[in-house]
Amino acid sequence: MRLPTLRFLTCGSVDDGKSTLIGRLLCESSLILDDQLASLERDSRKFGTTGADIDFALLVDGLEAEREQGITIDVAYRYFSTPNRAFIVADCPGHEQYTRNMATGASNCDLAILLVDARKGLLVQTHRHANIVSLLGVRHVVLAVNKMDLVDYDQRVFARIVAEFQAASATLKFKTVTPIPLSARRGDNVSSPSANMAWHKGADLLSFLETADVEDAKAERAFRFPVQWVNRPDLDFRGMAGTLASGRIARGDEIVVAASGKKTRVARIVTMDGDLDHAEAPESVTLVFADEIDASRGDLLCDPLNRPEVADQFAAHLIWMSEEQLYPGRSYLLKCGGNVAPASVTEIKHRLDVETQAHNDAKTLHLNEIGLCNLALSRPIAFDAYADNRVTGAFILIDRATNGVAAAGVIDFALRRASNVHRQPLTLDKAKRSILKHQKPVILWFTGLSGAGKSTIANVVEARLLQRRAHTILLDGDNVRQGLNKDLGFTEVDRVENIRRIGEVAKLMLEAGLVALCPLISPFAAERRMVRGLVESGEFIEIFVDTPLEICIARDPKGLYKKALAGQIKNFTGVDKAYERPEAPDITIGADCPDPERAADRIIAYLDARGYFAVD
Amino acid sequence: MTKAARLPRVKRRLALDDGITDIPPTMAPATPYYLDTLHEISQGFAGHQDISMALSEQLRRLEAESIFILRETVAEFHNPVMLYSIGKDSSVMLHLALKAFYPAKPPFPLLHIDTTWKFREMIAFRDQTAARVGMDLLIHVNGQGIARGVSPVASGSSVHTQVMKTEGLRQALDQGKFDAAFGGARRDEEKSRAKERIFSHRNAAHGWDPKNQRPELWRVFDTRIQPGESMRVFPLSDWTEMDVWDYIAAEKIPVVPLYFAKSRPVVRRDGALIMVDDDRLPLQPGETPEQRKVRFRTLGCYPLTGAIESDAATLEDIIVEMRASKNSERQGRLIDFDESGSMEKKKREGYF
Repeated sequence: MRLPTLRFLTCGSVDDGKSTLIGRLLCESSLILDDQLASLERDSRKFGTTGADIDFALLVDGLEAEREQGITIDVAYRYFSTPNRAFIVADCPGHEQYTRNMATGASNCDLAILLVDARKGLLVQTHRHANIVSLLGVRHVVLAVNKMDLVDYDQRVFARIVAEFQAASATLKFKTVTPIPLSARRGDNVSSPSANMAWHKGADLLSFLETADVEDAKAERAFRFPVQWVNRPDLDFRGMAGTLASGRIARGDEIVVAASGKKTRVARIVTMDGDLDHAEAPESVTLVFADEIDASRGDLLCDPLNRPEVADQFAAHLIWMSEEQLYPGRSYLLKCGGNVAPASVTEIKHRLDVETQAHNDAKTLHLNEIGLCNLALSRPIAFDAYADNRVTGAFILIDRATNGVAAAGVIDFALRRASNVHRQPLTLDKAKRSILKHQKPVILWFTGLSGAGKSTIANVVEARLLQRRAHTILLDGDNVRQGLNKDLGFTEVDRVENIRRIGEVAKLMLEAGLVALCPLISPFAAERRMVRGLVESGEFIEIFVDTPLEICIARDPKGLYKKALAGQIKNFTGVDKAYERPEAPDITIGADCPDPERAADRIIAYLDARGYFAVD
Repeated sequence: MTKAARLPRVKRRLALDDGITDIPPTMAPATPYYLDTLHEISQGFAGHQDISMALSEQLRRLEAESIFILRETVAEFHNPVMLYSIGKDSSVMLHLALKAFYPAKPPFPLLHIDTTWKFREMIAFRDQTAARVGMDLLIHVNGQGIARGVSPVASGSSVHTQVMKTEGLRQALDQGKFDAAFGGARRDEEKSRAKERIFSHRNAAHGWDPKNQRPELWRVFDTRIQPGESMRVFPLSDWTEMDVWDYIAAEKIPVVPLYFAKSRPVVRRDGALIMVDDDRLPLQPGETPEQRKVRFRTLGCYPLTGAIESDAATLEDIIVEMRASKNSERQGRLIDFDESGSMEKKKREGYF
């Protein structure tokens, strides 16, 4: 019987010959058609790096920038088949800079060809790619030692590289590692055994790929059905459209909605070709329930006797994919199946050294780094460990400001700690305290450059409020840093944590019924948005003290700009660190408020107009 | 007869909001031009004989993945639209959409960017298909291009494609305020397509930034966009041309009769066989249309689409012919030959 389509990737360091290998494979399985060959010959003369020979890499390096620079930037997908099997190849870039594109290619594959240049041996990128491939659940690896022609087809070179790789990958989760010596450029051991390496007893690459057994028996696992879309064409039909992530389902089977625990039976399995008696992964079908229980996009339907985790905290490995580093505490959007929920990294357990497998302490992750992290979500979701399910255990983090993918994550396990800390219901709440104090509690958040006048204005406002017998507290950034936050410095990571803690304290003050004044540089829009998100609408007022940098430098009340400009203070906002201006502040204090009294007038007027002190 | 007066009439199904699908009345001939082909199309899609079979595991998996992508788009976007270009890939994509949302109708309209130079049989097939599936069909013509007299004959392939297809598409997407547009492109078609994501981000000017694509892991798609931006979605990304024909045969999906060999009037021009589909194609000195048995592997504007000589009159024949073929399907597309990398350039400007 013909084996199912094999999805594999080629990876390894730059210049190890990945694209050349794919080109050679396509050519030798006569998949290059005449008109493509003609255009390849034209392109080889124009861009080629192989002299008079055809440059096979140009078959897959399809972007202009790639051809000009002779490198692979993004993953290319190629399709070919032999009489025995069909293949989908993801040809992945080798540059570290483009690792996220490599991970994109690897995520849907079942086998990886890891290329190594016989002359160079294992490189950092070889290790990085081996780690990512393992992390993403690819269980079968071909260690393709390429350019054997350039080391005189020397068996000892091959044996040494294989031994090194076996030692280095001992802790990775591969089921099979198949070493093959080859020359992609010369065609040795690519689609037929090489006469130059008679010492190699194993199969050539193509023969191996044609017979490789990578089945992970998705259908044999527990039933998982992420509800993708509720199909409701009229009042008589309500179906759950989705794709089976794993397992089987038959008409009449009992299922449970993981998050709610509600159970029902499957009344119908609907397709356009007629109802089915049963379906199995990875089919796309529409399920109709026997009872009207609640379920919608994001819900996970499963076997009542084999349920997924439901939690709002878990440990996961992240591959960081954004140019901007990870900020623990910052709110990202986590997308897992049909669920999108705000989430933050609460702890970085360690960062992985891809070469030595060492676990290093880390306060952040930069582009292309891998770390084990704890994450907290705004609400519980249903999931499995990635090791058990590559669909329900995978997620991405999305940067809320750019909408870009900040990280890819694979879930390790749910965190149970939180389940023993329940919220204590409070008998006296914010509303009651508000009436008692004749005021609506609110956070007045002053943001702006150092020396802009935030603290001065906040002090004037507080004095005015005191005259009106309002109940207030002022959380000054400098003062809080002397106590609660004295363990924090001024790196971006620490600044994010500084704001997070002050935000949480301000929220407690709000619970106490107070007006909390917070003069803080708070340079990042994301953190200001996070604090706003902690409280209800109308309880956070963003006041932008918009004093131009030149004036702040001229004032320099603490002499800090002088030191920063002289290079004595690092990470100083406005000097060598950017300040992100608020896009839509509630109140702006600009040049039209030349002194703190006028600024205070404006703020008090804003509060009065909205009835903050007219509470009885 | 003036040149403008010979332009075909474009039927209007559902006007986009400012109604630029209207062709000035002076340009519309009195009778629709395609009546003669309707009969043939309605003859039960001549190519379908009894060669349908159960779907292979490969096709079942491709089908399931495409359905997932179609549903994901509808679940995540406010106002999707399906680019319907009448060819075999569009036929398959539409068929998958019918399956994805059954028993509901696909909750989005079809959009055809009509350059006014499509084969007559394509237009007849388009209208018949829309009626058969019962979905709204939006037809958009770049009226400014018509007014400027742009055509493949007068302006050449690259200007015609830029104005009538790329600009026309941008106009239609802007006017419809569509935030996601399905296209039937496959990654095996061309080198820059092979690099493109399934959910491919477009800026507010519909431009593609190939050097800075979003990571796309598993089937977890980052569908978030800013106002004005949009997403192109390619449900057939992982299909090959062979998969498409195998699926058409297995599922008995109607396709335009032009894919099947038949005696047709053609002229040989720059090595390509161009069908003389109407009297708008100026014949060069010494050219006389001759009847040859030809078919098309890919369909576009008729003066820009080369036929191949073939006896393949049924789906079975086509599949046999394809397995033996030594040329790719885009060989028949004159617009891709302008220069290497021309597809990427067009895509960066908003082409599908």
